[in-house]
Amino acid sequence: MSHFKTVLDTYNWDDTLQSIYNKTADDVVQALGKDKRDLEDFKALISPAASSYLEEMAQLSQQLTKKRFGNTIQMYAPMYLSNECQNICTYCGFSMTNKIPRRTLTDAEILKETAYLKSKGYDHILLVTGEANKTVGVQYLKHAIELIRSQFSNITIEVQPLDQDEYELLIEQGLYAVLVYQETYHRDEYKKHHPKGKKSNFDYRLDTPDRLGKAGIHKIGLGSLYGLEDWRADSFFTALHFKYLQKTYWKTKYSMSFPRLRPFSGGLEPKVEMTDRDLVQLICAYRLLDEDLELSMSTRESEIFRDHIVNLGITSISAESKTNPGGYVVEKQSLEQFEISDERPTEVIADMLKSKGLEVVWKDWENNWQ
Amino acid sequence: MTDILNIADKSFSSRLFTGTGKFSSSTIMKDAILASESELVTVALKRVDVHNEHDDLLTHLNHDSIHLLPNTSGVRTAEEAVFAAQLSREALQTNWVKLEIHPDPKYLLPDPIETLKAAEILVKAGFVVMPYIHADPVLCKRLEDVGVQCVMPLGAPIGSNKGLKTLEFLEIIIAQSTVPVIVDAGIGSPSHAAHAMELGADAVLVNTAIAVSQNPVAMGRAFKLAVEAGRMAYLAKLASVKPIAEASSPLTSFLNL
Repeated sequence: MSHFKTVLDTYNWDDTLQSIYNKTADDVVQALGKDKRDLEDFKALISPAASSYLEEMAQLSQQLTKKRFGNTIQMYAPMYLSNECQNICTYCGFSMTNKIPRRTLTDAEILKETAYLKSKGYDHILLVTGEANKTVGVQYLKHAIELIRSQFSNITIEVQPLDQDEYELLIEQGLYAVLVYQETYHRDEYKKHHPKGKKSNFDYRLDTPDRLGKAGIHKIGLGSLYGLEDWRADSFFTALHFKYLQKTYWKTKYSMSFPRLRPFSGGLEPKVEMTDRDLVQLICAYRLLDEDLELSMSTRESEIFRDHIVNLGITSISAESKTNPGGYVVEKQSLEQFEISDERPTEVIADMLKSKGLEVVWKDWENNWQ
Repeated sequence: MTDILNIADKSFSSRLFTGTGKFSSSTIMKDAILASESELVTVALKRVDVHNEHDDLLTHLNHDSIHLLPNTSGVRTAEEAVFAAQLSREALQTNWVKLEIHPDPKYLLPDPIETLKAAEILVKAGFVVMPYIHADPVLCKRLEDVGVQCVMPLGAPIGSNKGLKTLEFLEIIIAQSTVPVIVDAGIGSPSHAAHAMELGADAVLVNTAIAVSQNPVAMGRAFKLAVEAGRMAYLAKLASVKPIAEASSPLTSFLNL
């Protein structure tokens, strides 16, 4: 049976980091000049040496994205079902030790929230929970999907890692995609940031995309949480993970997200800063590594950043997001997971995209096929 | 530098696989194969007298450095291929088989549906299956899924010597394969073989181009050198040929605001 762990274990963090930092301008020029790029090229493109080639990278990234995806951007909205969580994560507002009011949406509340999102035009929805298996376990998720399935063409979840048979059950119910971020691929740092709860098991989380691939999911979303460790090394290992999965589970699509640590209640200062410039470099590097990879941008980022990044390689975007359960309609003031940065309404974002010559895509999947 | 190709339980120093058809004599065949230093040589079961231990072809291939790879050439269905593989396992004492199913007698193009069907049966029966197929990336992944040990996409129709006409698809197959990719059929000159290796193919299989040349022994050697050169170039990473993009209207100037 295939496992990414066997691949990851052949790498050493410090050596990898050094090899990225040792890349030269020549390596970058070589990488830029190729038709197809490998992980060594990706290292060059995320290295400090590539920062002087940012404009060239952006131009190429834009060309490749237009060639593969056309002038389109997909819209999605996150919907938080619960902020209950049995994990301690040093960077998250839902962390078990944070003394905040906890709530899990009831059926009626879920339907109120979805009615709002439907009224805004959303047809792709991302369901999010903390990790509390007793209250938001697989049966709760199955029920939630059943409840809203008729309203949305595309249902994605970002919840605790599940077992393969649990994923199979949800896929049967109409689940399309699962987002699962490793946060950091640095084992020791991972342990520091996840001292308690099921999430502290690095290997179980690392193995999640393999279980998803085996369960036959349509799409897997990957990412690291930038700020916990050196972003360059974490990005390399995320790319390594992606390339392994793409080869092994070839019927599955992949997307990449780029969450940077955001302020939250009881917050942690990022250990490593990732500047706007770094993030542009990373997004372009991913596009240059793989033309087909979907690149997603959340409302964590600022208005000005989002307005420009949509033309550089991004293929899907959220708007007006609430990161608290019931945040759209039910209980607007409940505590959020993290502060969002771009608070503009959906219509404003859609108009901004149109003004840049982009077609706003609301529906790109048909759940009746399942 | 050690650069070994592993397929199932065997390791190969040479990445040039050869065939046995079309040579003017068994002696020339043997000399050409030895000059090529090929370690895996495919032999059509239909050409071998399996009941005769003094069979001319097999006698000439009885050499320490040569592993025999029986092929099922001549069969038209999965059922016939499975039978042929079982026969070859018994006769040649090897569970390796090059799976070739081509119902089309003119171009000898492989049947993807029957090939996939036969591959699944043969893998379950314990064979090391090396399927000869069209350069179809999805078929390659389907074959991987049923457990074949490598894939052998064609560069052009068998014996055509036209080279890598399926280049675009070979590139995709090489990029996404988790098993060795051996470019088979159509390779007509050492430069074609070198090109395939530069692309990242794990090996090439050449028969006609060596067998029908005016000097098969020299040509065998030429292919050996070409495959080594192509492989070395692949490992050394080819230099890029495109200039970097010229910035027309800056996309990143907002970062300086």
